[in-house]
Amino acid sequence: MSRARKHLAARVAIYTCLIAMALFVLGPLYVMVITSLKHMSEISSGNILALPHIPTIAPWLVSAHKLSAGFLNSVKILIPSVIISIAVGAIAGYALQFWRLPGASLLVLILLIGAFIPYAVFIYPLVRILAFFGLFGTLTGIVIVHTTFGLPVMTILFKNFYSSLPVELFKAARVDGAGFWRIFASIVFPMSTPIVIVAVILQVTGIWNDFLLGLVFAGRDNMPMTVELNNIVTTTTGTRFYNQDMAATILTAAVPLLVYLVSGRWFVRGITAGAVKG
Amino acid sequence: MASVDVIGVRKAFGHVEVVHGVDVTIRDGEFVILVGPSGCGKTTLLRMIAGLENVTSGEIRIGGQIVNDLPPKMRDIAMVFQNYALYPHLTVGQNMGFSLKLKKASPAEINSRVAEAAEILGLQSLLDRYPRQLSGGQRQRVAMGRAIVRDPQVFLFDEPLSNLDAKLRVAMRAEIKELHRRLATTTVYVTHDQIEAMTMADKIVVMHGGIVEQIGAPLELYDRPANQFVAGFIGSPAMNFLSGTLNVKGGTPHLTLADGAEVPLHKAPAGSDGRPMVLGVRPENLLVAQEGLAAEVGVVEPMGSETQIAVKAGGHALICLIRDRLMPKPGDMLRLAPEPAHVHFFEAETGRRIDAV
Repeated sequence: MSRARKHLAARVAIYTCLIAMALFVLGPLYVMVITSLKHMSEISSGNILALPHIPTIAPWLVSAHKLSAGFLNSVKILIPSVIISIAVGAIAGYALQFWRLPGASLLVLILLIGAFIPYAVFIYPLVRILAFFGLFGTLTGIVIVHTTFGLPVMTILFKNFYSSLPVELFKAARVDGAGFWRIFASIVFPMSTPIVIVAVILQVTGIWNDFLLGLVFAGRDNMPMTVELNNIVTTTTGTRFYNQDMAATILTAAVPLLVYLVSGRWFVRGITAGAVKG
Repeated sequence: MASVDVIGVRKAFGHVEVVHGVDVTIRDGEFVILVGPSGCGKTTLLRMIAGLENVTSGEIRIGGQIVNDLPPKMRDIAMVFQNYALYPHLTVGQNMGFSLKLKKASPAEINSRVAEAAEILGLQSLLDRYPRQLSGGQRQRVAMGRAIVRDPQVFLFDEPLSNLDAKLRVAMRAEIKELHRRLATTTVYVTHDQIEAMTMADKIVVMHGGIVEQIGAPLELYDRPANQFVAGFIGSPAMNFLSGTLNVKGGTPHLTLADGAEVPLHKAPAGSDGRPMVLGVRPENLLVAQEGLAAEVGVVEPMGSETQIAVKAGGHALICLIRDRLMPKPGDMLRLAPEPAHVHFFEAETGRRIDAV
């Protein structure tokens, strides 16, 4: 075979694989979207893959209404959790990287272990602790839980990013007369944009998609969207409204999806930001 | 402006001591260069003066005040780093004014002092640019500007020219020297480049393996190196060393090399007959003569004003720097004799200088 034909064959193979994978991943999404636009009668009678004869957005409106409280709860949980976990992670990463604290490497090791222990292990003791402080089933409680679980990864993420910054910047700032907070606020944090974007994506998707912690810790009044969605979808009485279920699922997934679409470019850039000394 | 005194300073990282008791006295307004091969402790010493490293034992005084436990910002020093360490998200003007802002100086004062420093360094037109928009030489200048703006008691330079190309380095060398002449601020400058040390310093501190080998004015070190290390480190091309045994035959001393070849000498240290010795001769003091050490020519490098000849003689590789347009070819045989007034003797075991009588 000539080199050109070999090349072509390789191309065909690669594209076949990629298209197959894309179909595999997008297939369910396709079913979700078309089902959400169908009337119930059409769903029970028709082909699951067929396009809707008479499209309707009614299921979307019903789902949106049902989920609105959950959406607001999720936002209320998300915003403080993301901000606090990133702020504390950045400060801790900065302190660990630049200020040679005694026992810093031990602390990093503990954080690493913390990042890898499945958090289901901590649920029962955490329930007891939060109950002791009267925070179980409150918004504050769930924010504390998300912040705590986010911290090991956030701290390591920021510490690693800061290890790629030239340490002379820190030293120059010290000679210039800046202290711990001033160096962080004026020098280190302004240079952290790429890693902050990565951290925001990780935390937003992680906290938004959380089900277990929200179910356990948030309490009745603060149920996040994922828990509400589950309540809608797994209802055991009456008819199951597949079209509404599908619409509700898409709505719940929309937030992290949107974050990826908007910031995917930044995400990749942030991951590689430490690779090239800028 | 202030004097700097380093008294018996030691530095250990964990159990590894890297600076073994260093004493250096730097007078007010002096330009002192710490020079030595990498790992000799010069940068560590500079960082201890800056307050970026703790002193394990000993004392550092700036202007007579012990500063061992003072943080950098309390020492009234300014430092220029090898990689410039400019704040990438601040403009040139903001970089230079950062320390004044931290001192809560008024915006008007910051502006006037930044403008003044910018004028000294020719940076007026660059004040609104960001460091990434500058060339290496300009960044270097901004780093110096950041130091000048503070009008500190002491300037500390940590290999500031290593990241520049050769031509720019020579230009900046002159510029820094001129700057020191104008500002007369006490300066401690670290480099591994002995040419920088020779050309810029009032006083050179040669360090090696965590100790001070010799302190002196550039030409003092060149003419009277205290030991074989300094002799080999200062000067380019480096000093030639011939090890052998001194013999005094019929009143004239000779150095007998391992292979039996003899180097005729005019004088020798007292009581050195029969002692093993290292003879040091700078390349420009190794002359082509009628009689002397037989040497085979290797590489010949004509540079116009002078010619550098690498030769092999008595099992030693030697360098000879001559100003005549003598163009020997590789393989030619030459006779070499050291200029009588410019030979150095070092004890074979310790490498210490011994003066000839």
